[in-house]
Amino acid sequence: MIKLLFFAQLQEEIGHHSFEIEDANYTVQQLKEYVLKEYPMVNLQHAMVAINEQFSSDKDLVHDGDIVAFLPPVSGG
Amino acid sequence: MPNQLYKVIENPIQTEEVIRKVESRNAGAITVFIGTVREMTNGKRTLYLEYQAYKTMAEKKLNEIGNEIENKWPNTKVAITHRIGRLEISDIAVVIAISSPHRNVAYEANRYAIERIKEMVPIWKKEVWEDGEMWIGDQLQKTRLNKS
Repeated sequence: MIKLLFFAQLQEEIGHHSFEIEDANYTVQQLKEYVLKEYPMVNLQHAMVAINEQFSSDKDLVHDGDIVAFLPPVSGG
Repeated sequence: MPNQLYKVIENPIQTEEVIRKVESRNAGAITVFIGTVREMTNGKRTLYLEYQAYKTMAEKKLNEIGNEIENKWPNTKVAITHRIGRLEISDIAVVIAISSPHRNVAYEANRYAIERIKEMVPIWKKEVWEDGEMWIGDQLQKTRLNKS
């Protein structure tokens, strides 16, 4: 199982903060495609992805039990 | 942990508390950056801001920034608190305190800290206006420019 988290405008576009998917062994790129298929209106083009709170790249593998966060460009401060 | 150096909180920030964390007998200077909520942005009046964070990751990233600073400028001490939730005009959103034996470094390192926060700490703000609202971030600003 993989837990997906969404923040800021992504959270509003998707309509909730998080959801879980059963299968594992996706790459980050494949996960993005999965999300886009489920939620075609979501804009992931500029999103960064963190696996277990570490920034990741599209080629990184996501494993069972991982928490994957989709982060729009940040605007703190 | 009351003495945690890097915090994301929902209550008003006690600036004095942040400063106290970096006090040191070796310090010759403490710089304090206080980021506040501005009313007018590009001619538009903000009613209030809504900040959201990926809290645990944000605190880790703030800690990383502190480590970067302490490596780059030895003998500095860093403490950062960022507030999230609904913030009114003039409320304090972030406080960065840095102590150093010398003032130049304290100024320089403090500037570095806020720039890094804006680059890599997972915190977002939404501007709420009378006639709408928008999550702020490069993405939307670029999108807007491209569309216009």
